[in-house]
This record gives sequence, C-alpha cells and structure tokens, in this order.
Amino acid sequence: MGLLKRLLKPAARGPAPLPSGSFTVDPNGEIITCTIPTSFSRDGLKDISKLVLRAFKEAKEAELALTELAVNFGAMKLKAREMRGGAMIFLAPRGPAQK
Amino acid sequence: MTDSTNQSPDLLQGKPKVLLLDDDPDVLELYQQMMLQLPSEPEVHIATSGPSAMAMLEAESFNVLVSDLQMPKMDGLQVITIVRRKHPRLRTVVLSGVTDEQMRARAYSMGIDLYMEKPGNSKELNFLMDCVESLLDSEKRGGFRGIQSKSLVDLIQLECLSGTSALLKITNGKFEGKIWIQNGELIDAAADEAEGEEAFKRILAWKAGWFETFPMESGHPRKIMTSYQGLLLDSAQTMDEARADGSLDLPGAGSEESDVVNNTTVSDTQFFRKAGLGRIQGIEFALKIPAERSIPLQKWGLENADPLANWVQNTLNHFESLGDKCEFGSVQGLEGRGLQRVLHVSMEGGNTFAVGLLGSASREQVEQNVKKVLERWAC
Repeated sequence: MGLLKRLLKPAARGPAPLPSGSFTVDPNGEIITCTIPTSFSRDGLKDISKLVLRAFKEAKEAELALTELAVNFGAMKLKAREMRGGAMIFLAPRGPAQK
Repeated sequence: MTDSTNQSPDLLQGKPKVLLLDDDPDVLELYQQMMLQLPSEPEVHIATSGPSAMAMLEAESFNVLVSDLQMPKMDGLQVITIVRRKHPRLRTVVLSGVTDEQMRARAYSMGIDLYMEKPGNSKELNFLMDCVESLLDSEKRGGFRGIQSKSLVDLIQLECLSGTSALLKITNGKFEGKIWIQNGELIDAAADEAEGEEAFKRILAWKAGWFETFPMESGHPRKIMTSYQGLLLDSAQTMDEARADGSLDLPGAGSEESDVVNNTTVSDTQFFRKAGLGRIQGIEFALKIPAERSIPLQKWGLENADPLANWVQNTLNHFESLGDKCEFGSVQGLEGRGLQRVLHVSMEGGNTFAVGLLGSASREQVEQNVKKVLERWAC
C-alpha cells in the first residue's frame, strides 16, 4: 500500500507557465481572437484587456493620444496596439537576458 | 501704372539687368565694373540722378536697382517710393553713407530688399557684390515676396528648415547681432562681445527689431554645436521662466551646462536652465513625480503637468496590481507611442520620470535620450 501511494503521488507542481501569444479585443473588451494557451485563464485576459483599453482611453483624455503601449513587468512584456477603440495585445515572457 | 509683370521675354530668359543709381560717377564706374564680373553676367546700366533712373525704368525692365540714398533733387527714398508703386517686382538695394536707424527703418517699411552702408573697403565691396548676385539668383529662381512681420524664432526656424545658408543680421536699436546658418544648421552667432550660444540667446531675448539676410560667408567657423531645435526650446523656456520669475538676468548669463544638478535647493527655473534638457535633441517635455506626494511635481516643457501625472500614476498602479495578480512581476517601465510623440516612463529611486520625445524617435534614440535626461536629473 505504501509503495502504491508513493507511486501514485502527484508530481510537485511548479509555477504556472507564463502566457505567450496575442489576442484581440473589441472596444467592449470582448475577446475576438486569441492565440494564448488555454492554461492562462480567460478572466486574466479580460483583466488585461480592460486595463489596456482604459489606459488608451485615459491617455486620450489627458491629450496624449497613444496608439501603442508597452509595459515591462519583471517577467513579462505586454505590448498593445490600439485598433479602432479595441486593441491587439501581445504577451511575451521576459527571460533574464531581456531584462 | 507700369508693372514689371509686363517684363519682356528677354529679361526673363536672357541676361539679368541691374540699374545703378548714384550721383558720383566714379562710384558708378567702380560698381559697374565689379558687377559685370558677377557669375550671372548681368547687363549693368547706370543713372546719375533720380529722374534719369525713373526714365530708364519706364523704358526698360530691370531685375535689380541699386540706389544711393543721399542725392540732390530726388533722393533715394523718393525714387524707392515711386519704384515700389510702379515696379513692385523690382528688387531694390539701398546704399547709405551714414548709419541712420530711422532711415533704415523707413527704407525697409517701403519694402526694399536690402539696406547697406556704402562699402568702405574691398571686403565690404565684395559683400555688396555677393548680395546683388544673390538677389539676381533668387530672382531667377522665382518665388513669392512680401512684407511680413515675423518673430525671430519663426524666422530662424524657416531658414533652418529650408536648409539654406545665410547670414542673418539683426538690428535692435543700437544693438546689432549676427546669426550664421549653414545648410540649415545654426553654426554661430555674435552680439556685442558675446559669441556662439551665449550671443544667440542674447539676440533671441530681443523683442523687436529689423533683420537682413545676407549670403553666407564661406569658411565661417562653427561655434554652436547644439541643434537649433534644442537651442530655441531652451531659450524659449528660459525666457518664459525668467518672465514668470520677474528675474532680470538675460538668457546666456552663466548658462554653462552642468552634468548633474542638485534640485533640492533651486527652483524649477534655475534647475532646468542648468540641466539644459533643451540641448538634448528630440526631447519635448520631462516630468518628475516624486515618491513623496507632498513634494510638488517638477516639470519641463509642460504647461499643466497634472493630467499627465495622473495618467502615469493611475496606469502604473493598475498594471502593478495586474502584475501581482497574474504573477508577471512588478512594473519596471512603460512606453507609449502616438503619431506625434513617444512617452517613456521609468522609475528611479522611488520617483517616477516621464519623458516625452518626438514621435519620429527610434527605440535606440529614446533609450539614449532618456538616459541623458535621467543622468542630468539627479534623484
């Protein structure tokens, strides 16, 4: 029994892989196309798109009129391009060499 | 009314014609001989009196009239008055034996092309010839002419953007300044005892005056290395701030560039003057948002920095929360691009810096220039 338990013990889980790919959203934040693996939650993508659209909108209100936005996180590079009120968003994990 | 729009085809296509008017025959002979040697090989006619010149202008079409100012019976200004009315397309150069600012102003208000003191030596004589040749050349090339009042900044920008080479002579009362532009680049300036950037800033501080454009002297040494955009921006900022402060020190005084400036004890005005951000090409504005909310924003090139500061802070906060939630890590920097500008946001020592650059800046230029700004902006 002890041997079986040991054999059936689930492997230790590492950190979830960072998403890589792109997705497009309409002006309401609804995802239209997506190449991000399904391992990354849809809610996470919606959170991202909501913030990106908000940043573009508020930039316009501050008379900045941005068409591209790039945010460098410690482990991820997020790049967004404004598309007629919607956006195309690219996610690319950053390796140590890119930091 | 006779107008030189009725110019004969031979004038438009053949040799250019110059009419020299002076009551001194020796001077006429000398000028004529020299003008005949000009590269455009003009036909040079002479007249010794105003009425005689008017008669010649009625009979034939000319490209350029070079007239003495002091003459018996009909003086140069009287001739010019009639010429401007009857022959509006005729280029006119007025020569005077004495320096008289009022006379100069009157002559320019009549729409003459050039007012010069009579040459006193061979160098000045060559300069006059260069000017006449330049007028003949510009007449050949065509273009629009008119009388317009422009700011000195507009004028310099026009000259630089058109990529020309010229010597701008600016007169402000008893003060006289010179600005040398070579192939659209500001290369030198002189005013009183000052030269280079300091002289340029002095001239720019003058509120009004007269300007004349002369051909560029060949081989003039370059003493200004900063781009004209940077210098204009820097000077404009300095003047605005000096005006706001009510400070009397004119731009240029003590404007030596400092690498790192301590910003805790000096005002924004003094700080940015010393930091010389305007000397960094392509920088449009810069904003420092201190970590301590109680410390006011430091801004350069921005009239109202609050909307930008709010956007930067809100956006960073939102993405910081996203980074935590999605395990992306903390935000290290942000860059926005629009058609007209690039906005670079970075964090150093707890403070946030937003730098606006011209939209045409490449990624490398953005990185280099932001680095320069941050180096000068000691945290």
